Amino acid sequence: MEGHPATLTTAPPPRAGLRLPWAGLGLGRGLVTLYLSLIVLLPLAAVVDESLAKGAGAFWDSVTGSESMAALKLTVICSLIVVAINAVFGTIIAWVLVRDEFPGKGAVNALIDLPFALPTIVAGLTLLTLYGAESPIGVDVAFTRIAVVMALCFVTLPFVVRAVQPLLIEMDREMEEAATSLGAGGFTVFRRIIFPNLLPGILAGILLAFARALGEFGSLVLISGNIPFKTEVSSVFIRSQIESGNVSGAAAVSVVLLAISLALLVAVSFFARMGTRNSEPGVLSRAVNRIIARSQIGGDT
Amino acid sequence: MSSPTPAKWGLRTLAFGYLGLLLLAPVAMIFYKTFEHGIAPPFEAMTSPDAVHAIWLTLLMVAIAVPLNTVFGVGCALLLVRHKWKGNAIIDGIINLPFAVSPVVIGLSLFLLYGNDGWFGPTLAEWGFEVLFSTPGMVLASVFVSLPFVVRETVPVLQEIGTEQEQAASTLGANAWQTFWRVTLPAIRWGVAYGIVLTTARVLGEFGAVTIVSGSISGETETLPLFVAKAFEQFDEQAAYAGAIVLALLALTTLLLMSIGGRRTKAGASGPIPIAGDAAISTSDTKEGS
Repeated sequence: MEGHPATLTTAPPPRAGLRLPWAGLGLGRGLVTLYLSLIVLLPLAAVVDESLAKGAGAFWDSVTGSESMAALKLTVICSLIVVAINAVFGTIIAWVLVRDEFPGKGAVNALIDLPFALPTIVAGLTLLTLYGAESPIGVDVAFTRIAVVMALCFVTLPFVVRAVQPLLIEMDREMEEAATSLGAGGFTVFRRIIFPNLLPGILAGILLAFARALGEFGSLVLISGNIPFKTEVSSVFIRSQIESGNVSGAAAVSVVLLAISLALLVAVSFFARMGTRNSEPGVLSRAVNRIIARSQIGGDT
Repeated sequence: MSSPTPAKWGLRTLAFGYLGLLLLAPVAMIFYKTFEHGIAPPFEAMTSPDAVHAIWLTLLMVAIAVPLNTVFGVGCALLLVRHKWKGNAIIDGIINLPFAVSPVVIGLSLFLLYGNDGWFGPTLAEWGFEVLFSTPGMVLASVFVSLPFVVRETVPVLQEIGTEQEQAASTLGANAWQTFWRVTLPAIRWGVAYGIVLTTARVLGEFGAVTIVSGSISGETETLPLFVAKAFEQFDEQAAYAGAIVLALLALTTLLLMSIGGRRTKAGASGPIPIAGDAAISTSDTKEGS
């Protein structure tokens, strides 16, 4: 009966593309919901439940405990430093990749994605071989806060570059030329024309990088030394609490991290949708979606 | 180009200096350290029983998690794109959740479900199922962290190809199943393939979530990233470096496949399916169009 000519004349008018029959559609939605519930929702619900298992007071005490607070502060401050560094260098790198010409540009461009592709444990180990105790250049930063900043710089490098790059490519160069012909110097053109146009991209990249840095774990375990009150970030603190049996304390800090990251993700997608002044609408939005979709390989958010 | 040459060289120096010091030099250094004494020591380190088991277990994770998330991803993308529904926005949001969660938290969440005092742990133990500190728990962690990739890569391609060819197929009498295999899947194959590459890379390198649920028992529940971490902590640097090189080479392969995939979808090798926004990210053409 399949494709028999006779059936064609009486076939119903074609519907919009490939559609599942009614029963299959219900089954499909059911399966998707079940899979997401089992894999993602139930486990996260268990974390929220455990964090409140001993009441809101215990939750608050766990989060504001001295070691937990020290870890949280270190995580936030290091992440802020890291996104500031990568905002500056990321913009410069994006500029060089778009506006400059040099041999091997394709390879350098591909290299930017290396931190997304490299397993985080390998990222930490590579930094340790060059900047650790056996450093051939005599720079030993292992087990210091500098090492934490360095590892976070490594894993969050691509965010600002990849958010700014498409904006630079789309940018209308006529404005710059007009400004120059009216007598503006190089710095003035940057400050008054280029920077305002790139700012949404820089900010989107910063938010994504910050969310990533907050939860980072793999690249830090070897190089930071995990010293409480000194180099212990929140994700490492969570692990040490699990290992010492304080699971509800670990869950409380987890919920705080989870809430901040979620808020950042929502903020960045809202922000990207607002668009940019002089680019085709949706350029930044698409770039952000790309970055989010790719940032997770080998990585820890 | 209006900017004077000194400024240009200054920016170049800053960009290359930062990339060199942060990315290139450390990666080059670990390759040097691994092969410092020839190819024999790393080869030996990678053929020890624990290392071989770690590689095998890592591949097992890939073999289970990748097909699961591929089937789910394609099905879910079809539902999201082709069937308007109120619940789609919620499903879409949940799919992004693994991006926002620290892997340590993912590990903790599975620990809370399947541990001795967990929601399901005691019941499953009664039935003789051991999830935590064994393969099922590690598979669950791998599936969790790599869940979004295939959906995220397939959705834009599905939106792009439209429904004309599918309509034609159904006019000619094809049923939904035939339409999917003969029309839809061939059209979205590069998007799906790209998602599979990303999923595989993520599963291969996952450390945080797996370290919590596996217990990291050598020769039993140790994947390659866990092997690297443990070898380094036990001062067996040769083995740590060798394992890291294997993972780094896999990452470089991923990078290569990513740029090939990006070019493929851009060139429209399989029909009209340029991935939205991909041009800016995947290759190096930098002349602005306007």
